[in-house]
Amino acid sequence: MALMHASSPHTAQPQTSANIMQLVLAAMVPGIVALVAYFGVGVLFNLALCGLTALASEALMLKLRGRPIGFYLRDYSALVTAALLAVALPPYCPWWIPVVGTATAIILAKQLYGGLGFNPFNPAMVGYVVLLISFPVEMTLWVAPATVEHGLPDIEEAFSLVFGNYQVDGFTMATPLEIVRHNNSIIMSQLYNEEPVLAKGSIAGAGWEMVNLAFLVGGLYLLYRKVFTWHAPVGMLAALFLLSTVFYDSGSSLSEGSPLLHLFSGATMLGAFFIITDPVSSATSTRGRLYFGIGVGILVFVIRVWGSYPDAVAFAVLLMNFAAPLIDNYTLPRTYGHAAPRRATEKED
Amino acid sequence: MAHTTERTRSSRRIWDIPGGVHPPEHKAQSMQLPLAHIPLAPSLIVPLSQHIGAPAIALVKEGDRVLKGQKIAEADGPISAPVHAPTSGTVTRIGDYTMPHPSGLQAEAIEISSDFSDTWCELYPMQDYRERDRSEVLHHIRECGIAGLGGAGFPAAIKLNPKGNAPIDTLILNGTECEPYITADDTIMRVRPEEIVAGAEILAHLLHEPADVLIGIEDNKPEAIKEMREACEGTRFEVVVFPTKYPSGGEKQLIQILTGREVPSEHLPAEVGVICQNVGTAAAIYRAIQFGEPLVSRITTVVGEALDIQRNIEVPLGTPVGHILANHGIDREQMAKIVIGGPMMGFTVQDERVPVVKTTNCILVPARKELPAPVPAQPCIRCGICAEACPASLLPQQLYWYARAEDYEKLEAYSIKDCIECGACAYVCPSHIPLVQYYRAAKGTMREAEQEKLKSDRARERFEFRKARLEKAEQEKEAKRQARKKAAEEARKRKAAQPASDKAGTSGASSEADVVAAALARVKAKESSPEQQKARAERSVKSAQERVQKLEEKASAAEGTQRDQLQAQLKAAQLKLGEAQQKLTALDQPEKTSSAAAAVDAAIARARNKAAMSPLEKAQKSVDSLRQRIQKMEEKIPQEQDAELQAALRDNHRKFQEKLVVAEQELAQLQQQEPGEATTPPAGNDKAQQAIERARAAAQARAGMSDEEKLAAELSSLEQRVEKARQRLRKAQDEGNENVPAFQAALDKMENKLAEKRQQMGEQQ
Amino acid sequence: MSWFASVSDAMLVLGGMALVFGAILGFAAIRFKVEGDPIVDQIDSILPQTQCGQCGYPGCRPYAEAIANGDAINKCPPGGQATINQLANLLDVEAVPLDEEHGSEDIKKVAFIREDECIGCTKCIQACPVDAILGAAKQMHTVIADECTGCDLCVEPCPVDCIDMIPVETTPRSWVWEKPGAHSQLIATDKIGEIRGAA
Repeated sequence: MALMHASSPHTAQPQTSANIMQLVLAAMVPGIVALVAYFGVGVLFNLALCGLTALASEALMLKLRGRPIGFYLRDYSALVTAALLAVALPPYCPWWIPVVGTATAIILAKQLYGGLGFNPFNPAMVGYVVLLISFPVEMTLWVAPATVEHGLPDIEEAFSLVFGNYQVDGFTMATPLEIVRHNNSIIMSQLYNEEPVLAKGSIAGAGWEMVNLAFLVGGLYLLYRKVFTWHAPVGMLAALFLLSTVFYDSGSSLSEGSPLLHLFSGATMLGAFFIITDPVSSATSTRGRLYFGIGVGILVFVIRVWGSYPDAVAFAVLLMNFAAPLIDNYTLPRTYGHAAPRRATEKED
Repeated sequence: MAHTTERTRSSRRIWDIPGGVHPPEHKAQSMQLPLAHIPLAPSLIVPLSQHIGAPAIALVKEGDRVLKGQKIAEADGPISAPVHAPTSGTVTRIGDYTMPHPSGLQAEAIEISSDFSDTWCELYPMQDYRERDRSEVLHHIRECGIAGLGGAGFPAAIKLNPKGNAPIDTLILNGTECEPYITADDTIMRVRPEEIVAGAEILAHLLHEPADVLIGIEDNKPEAIKEMREACEGTRFEVVVFPTKYPSGGEKQLIQILTGREVPSEHLPAEVGVICQNVGTAAAIYRAIQFGEPLVSRITTVVGEALDIQRNIEVPLGTPVGHILANHGIDREQMAKIVIGGPMMGFTVQDERVPVVKTTNCILVPARKELPAPVPAQPCIRCGICAEACPASLLPQQLYWYARAEDYEKLEAYSIKDCIECGACAYVCPSHIPLVQYYRAAKGTMREAEQEKLKSDRARERFEFRKARLEKAEQEKEAKRQARKKAAEEARKRKAAQPASDKAGTSGASSEADVVAAALARVKAKESSPEQQKARAERSVKSAQERVQKLEEKASAAEGTQRDQLQAQLKAAQLKLGEAQQKLTALDQPEKTSSAAAAVDAAIARARNKAAMSPLEKAQKSVDSLRQRIQKMEEKIPQEQDAELQAALRDNHRKFQEKLVVAEQELAQLQQQEPGEATTPPAGNDKAQQAIERARAAAQARAGMSDEEKLAAELSSLEQRVEKARQRLRKAQDEGNENVPAFQAALDKMENKLAEKRQQMGEQQ
Repeated sequence: MSWFASVSDAMLVLGGMALVFGAILGFAAIRFKVEGDPIVDQIDSILPQTQCGQCGYPGCRPYAEAIANGDAINKCPPGGQATINQLANLLDVEAVPLDEEHGSEDIKKVAFIREDECIGCTKCIQACPVDAILGAAKQMHTVIADECTGCDLCVEPCPVDCIDMIPVETTPRSWVWEKPGAHSQLIATDKIGEIRGAA
């Protein structure tokens, strides 16, 4: 056999992109467990439907684009997108919600842009936003956490809810963020006593706080495994914390909710550690990622408090995706031997 | 960014570099055995280019016997290094051999067949280097062919002579050796620390004793550190130890670690007061000064799981890699590739015959599973791990996108030129994208484009210069022509003025003087060379002789009136012959001036001849000349631009016409007085005079014209003359004139000439 | 007549403004007048300066002027697609493929005179647009390879056909890495094992 000819380096660390994706999936397990524990098996329906749709649409698109299907499916990126969308969707939503959302995410937001690495927007968030705008009713019906009131649908009911004509109405309840948003009459401590979902929880509503905590644990694991750097999550959480502190208003009736409520409710932790850390659609340098995270944090708070949607991670992420190239342009690192960082738009004189 | 770390064993502050990676070191496997030598290879291939810069020029030829250390190739230009015979033997071939180069291409090398005696040539040490002039020492180092042994192979002498005598305050000896597997520098530091220190002393001396002389070593070489510390005792040299991290051994990175300074982009370390040399280079410089030994061998690490023996060897340059592998128990089944250099920056070679050169610090022959083949690249997910690893703080993933898109402007903006190709980014890339190859390809293309640009700029310059030169030549030609024209015009004006003054001065023979001046002018106006004149004269003599001869024959045969006619013709012909002969003899005289004078004499003689003409002839002549002048004036008047001159010319024209009328009247009177005498023998004289007149007119006209115009004028005048001659001939024939043959001959001649001129004209156009 | 007053006021104001702005524009046009025709220079600097005339113009600059006046940008075979792309970029027009009518893109070549056949007629010297041929009448001529643009113009005039266009050879010094190709950018096959085997 002829001797091999290749450019240096001739060695590489063993980590692969697929490994990274697998790690991300693994790190989502605590969050998923918490979701199932508090919101029931509906989450698993979402996961299954999203996963299958993702693989099917990815395979279809790869075939249409004439790419090797097996090679690209093995990078696990479609499954990560599917999992992110699945945990963001309301459990027990009709089956076509995850299917349409995932297909949109994979086909429209990812493959049509050229596949993994080429998508300017986070595919899961594109899928989520498309669903939220198209099917606002289905997308805002969250069942009450297991520890609150009615109890959760059992397996049979779950099947009927997902594949049948059953309405999930009987099990739903406003989320903590919605409650706080619509309140302008009573002070916070009273609200926490009156609203069952808040009363049963300790800081950010029963169930929600545990789910967020679980995602935080998974995120810290990824941080420990150096899958991403601290910059984006810290930026987002710090911005969110600061803004909510400023607008807490000592828990008055006009308060926009406590910092802890904002940090541990809704999709905050999922967003901070699993969504904005998606490298493809984020800024490229570490400093840029810090700014990217701060931007997301600010937008999340602004949309949660003054926007017309109860949670805002998806919109905030998409808006910052738009801004990522701009951030890149202004956060070029200072290269060795150069006095100041160069602007990519500047021409060398 | 400069994190400081206080070292316990050294008080010197060291800096950290951004990025960097920690690949498995694999250094132990080649350090188990001591430094060794292998049997000499039967034939050594010594490339002429073992360094950065121009290849050397061979000094030997095939069949020459060479001794070890003998210079066999001379440096070509300042950035070049000579090459020496690594052993004694015979030059068997000078030609193209496959180079130890990533391209796998061939280049010129000298093949030496070893005689196995390894006899040194005479060596010239320079132990008294401190007493010598620095430039002399540098020259010695250069002549010993010492180039950087670390990897790049920059000629050492150039580095030691920084541009513009930049002050150097820090000399760094690079013993970092950060690449996995390679232990060549480690070995030399362990076994020859004193040589390195002695070399450092020479370097420090050459650099005017810089304040700091630092020997930088990574902390994974404790034994080398110990040996070097011991060797440095009693000197001011300092061994600086810093944490192991790839690529600390890069020149720019090492400078940053040891001094905190950054070498400005696209500049040299000397500009920040630092010179960096490899420890091996320092030892080689020591040997060159102490023993006069040129660089003919080096220490190379031979390593890889495909070998039975892994160790460092000291090997003559030019030894084929295959010979080395054979001496280390190569398992060809296991061998997947041969890497020259380390796994991070080395290059693969396909041909085992490539030789060891000055820069070959390692031959790595990994087993198949040791360094597996690269897996297919997955898409870039912009994870940014590469940016974390980059020691130059570049954004490798952006560079990758733009390199893929061949957007060279963007690559420039993202400072691709500052990439040191260390491979850290490609090493960490989870998608296993061959990033460095993308950068190398892009840099190569950019370099090519730059050279193309330079070349095209030069081509443009040369093209424009050529255009300007051609234009200038054209202009000069035009200017010369203008000058000639002007000179001729002036001459004509002078001539026009001279006869007038002559006329005023001499009252009597005014017409005679006029004619003489005309002849003079004609001679002067004729610009033909003496040779041409002579040839022409000879021709006319010959033709005149022929005619005289023919006429004599005819005359002797003829009778009566015919005989008289012929006699007249004969007389004219004889006259012409005499004239032509006179001219010829005048031309035969060597000096041009005398020939011209003779021609003048001849012309004067001719004019005198004419002066002795009958009144009728004179009248006829003056009428003819007046007619001609008037005709010329008529031609000239419309051409004249200046209104005043034109008016003056008109005035003259009128006067001449009046004169003409008078002359014609006189002529008519004379003709009435002597009827029948109009065509008497002196016709020859008459004709000669007319010819002179015509020639003068023609010469005057010619003087002010370009070649083409001249030719055209000649042509038209010739045509006129031919026409006139024809008319005359017809008239003579009608009248039964005795001059018919003469007229016929003249017409023939003129027609010939006309044809010739026409042809010439056709050629010119 | 108040409407007239207001209309005339408006007209006065507008007319005055027109005058003022006209004056400013006129002044600016003179004050900031662009000397020469920089676009021609820019185009010229992109063209490869082979001066080969394959575009139909007597040299690169005349073609640059023609492009500035709206001629097609795809008439330069020596520059090839790279030059077309650069021109398209500069002029903000679409990059079209090379017009094969003017010749096809070729590898880089230089002229080489087979010296023992050269009769020293100087015809090639006169043809060379960049003075890259050395020689004198009745003397052997030779090409300065570094200055030769490979324009081909000397080949035709040679009466004894002793000029060859030879491709520029790649040496280790002029060699550059090529962009990673299909073997690293997996497209054709799905099986990693196969690629490993083939690599």
